[in-house]
Amino acid sequence: MTIAIVCIAGVGLVAAIVLAIADKYLSVKEDPRIGMVTAALPGANCGGCGFPGCDGYARALVAGTAPNGACAAGGDACAAEIAKILGVEAAATEKRVALVKCCGTRSEAIRVGDYNGICDCNVAAMTAGGDKGCTYGCLGYGACANVCPKNAISIHDGLARVDKRLCIGCGKCVAICPKKVIELVPASATIHVLCNNPDKGPAVRKVCGVGCMGCHLCEKNSGGKEAGHFTFEGFLAKVNYANPPTDAQIVAKCPAKCMAEDAHFESGN
Amino acid sequence: MKTVKSQFKFKGGVHPDYNKELAREQPIEKIPLPAELVISMSQHLGAPAKCVVKAGDFVRRGQVVGEKNGFISVCVRTSADGKVKAIEKRLGPAGGKADAIILDTTAKPEGEVAEASGPILEPLDWRTASREDLLKRVEEAGICGMGGAGFPTNVKLNPPPGKRCEYLILNGAECEPYLTADYRLMLERAPRIRLGVEIMRKILGGPAVRIAIEANKPEAIKAMETAFADIDGNVEIVVLPVLYPQGSEKHQIFATVGRVVPEPPALPIDVGCVVENVGTVAAIADAVELGEPLLERVTTVSGGAVAQPKNVLAPCGTKYSDLIAFCGGEKEPVAKLISGGTMMGFAVSTPEISTTKTTSGLLLLPNSKAYQYVSQACINCGRCVRACPMNLNAAEIAKAVESDDIKGAEDAHVMTCIECGACSFSCPAYRPITQFCRRAKNSIRARIAAEKAKAAAAAKK
Repeated sequence: MTIAIVCIAGVGLVAAIVLAIADKYLSVKEDPRIGMVTAALPGANCGGCGFPGCDGYARALVAGTAPNGACAAGGDACAAEIAKILGVEAAATEKRVALVKCCGTRSEAIRVGDYNGICDCNVAAMTAGGDKGCTYGCLGYGACANVCPKNAISIHDGLARVDKRLCIGCGKCVAICPKKVIELVPASATIHVLCNNPDKGPAVRKVCGVGCMGCHLCEKNSGGKEAGHFTFEGFLAKVNYANPPTDAQIVAKCPAKCMAEDAHFESGN
Repeated sequence: MKTVKSQFKFKGGVHPDYNKELAREQPIEKIPLPAELVISMSQHLGAPAKCVVKAGDFVRRGQVVGEKNGFISVCVRTSADGKVKAIEKRLGPAGGKADAIILDTTAKPEGEVAEASGPILEPLDWRTASREDLLKRVEEAGICGMGGAGFPTNVKLNPPPGKRCEYLILNGAECEPYLTADYRLMLERAPRIRLGVEIMRKILGGPAVRIAIEANKPEAIKAMETAFADIDGNVEIVVLPVLYPQGSEKHQIFATVGRVVPEPPALPIDVGCVVENVGTVAAIADAVELGEPLLERVTTVSGGAVAQPKNVLAPCGTKYSDLIAFCGGEKEPVAKLISGGTMMGFAVSTPEISTTKTTSGLLLLPNSKAYQYVSQACINCGRCVRACPMNLNAAEIAKAVESDDIKGAEDAHVMTCIECGACSFSCPAYRPITQFCRRAKNSIRARIAAEKAKAAAAAKK
């Protein structure tokens, strides 16, 4: 018994001495600010800033190789705190959230095949472009929902929907979507065009009941071309998020019914 | 010249219902020129061709409308006279969109234009022409592998320095169910195939020739025996056992000469072999002797739901709907439309897609043949492992991919997978194993491409 105690205590003592020496001679000097910046970041490790986790971004910030304000999840408050720690100016950031630019639910957008393969948009898109008649729209197999670090995306009626309150704007869903139907938009914008199909009106109507036909009515109703609230790509209206429209009237007047006021799905609604 | 039986049998493989009797007795028929052709710029493996015409242009049959765009790429020529209505992104059979020329073949040229006459390219005498001239001809004729993958033929026929082609293998296996296009070609155009072989032998520096045909095509074997009866040199017809995927390049090499192609990125030329589909060989003969580029191909239109199954000679860019109309339309409701064969073909959602240089078949399956499965959990029976001709543990790969473990799939050598579909075919739980493999391969390819781009960007800095 005593021998055991002495042995263990001896081993412990030797180890303690080794560690003490190692601590003195082998220690790595780390900038204490890294820890402080890491603590100031949200800690979601979403990777939206382009660095490997919050710690990676903190190191880059302290090293001065990354701009302050790249953290979409933390937003302005986080940027201001980091600015205080590092003594630099905080770049003004606006919270951005993901928007699924499609409103072709199962009842509105036709499906041209029965897809019963792997439940993943990227795989479905490899199979004859997916089973949706519209080749630009949301397939609804949840590739975005699977990568979302905040569980902000859910699938409703064959369509991905983003919960604005949970979304941190990391952009992972944007990167994985095979149809490129998700876009990061300012969280303050309330009026959106929920369509991604630049084809001509008749072609869009053939595959979807709520597709944008490029009629320019939204532009006219929001003060014309000079007002600059909308841009057009082919036969698709796009909200100019640098100068977003605010008049909710235009939503009701859209003949294609592809516009929505605050399209983000709110869980609980 | 002699006929021998294959000495080597690969592991695995499956026996699907061949259903070849539907179209095998139908001679090749030429389709009347459709009023509209949709000529895709991406008819081959590799970079899509660069479109060099614009809407409103009048183009002549055989004119180059898409220029070769990169090393692994071939040019695209228009398959008929006509006016370019528009250039649009159109859906291809595999699901991707590519630029395509919408050609109105009923339009007449404006003003006085001399009728096109004579061959499109200058015919060459292969005996006197140099190897380089012949290679150039294959390239300018826009020839790519017509078996399905569409690998540019001029690249295949020009082995990199230090590598020599010892065996030229002619792929006449046609192991896909329903398809009979290559079979009819061997019966009806055997002399062309022989001529193509002689030209290719010259280009490749006189390799031995092996003509691989499955044992269930005795007439084709006989036709080839007759055509090649008096050929000199080392030429053999190898009769292969009937087994899917016997027509796969790697399995064909093993079955004919007993060599094993190592894991990718190794190519058949690394073991001294070049495999060409019989259709490609006939196209080479046409390009050299007649100066006729690759503008049309034989496509089998078959399956239980088509009124008259046929082997149709159709210009590249013919819409599937035109092909179906030429074959008498639908006999019963079509449950599944497949571009290619049932094992490796692509199910397509609309007949508005058009044929390419690689479309070997168009199958209209009735409800009774298109089974809608519900896939279930793996029961660990090991049938996919037994069926896999590449010696892969398909069940393990599928499970890894299912749990998003792409690295695990890579460690299980998923990149060796040839996507033949034998695993999915044999799975009693109806698991989409091939699709899992395809997904893993795509992810891995995307990752490798991203790494390469990153390395290139770093090197630039």
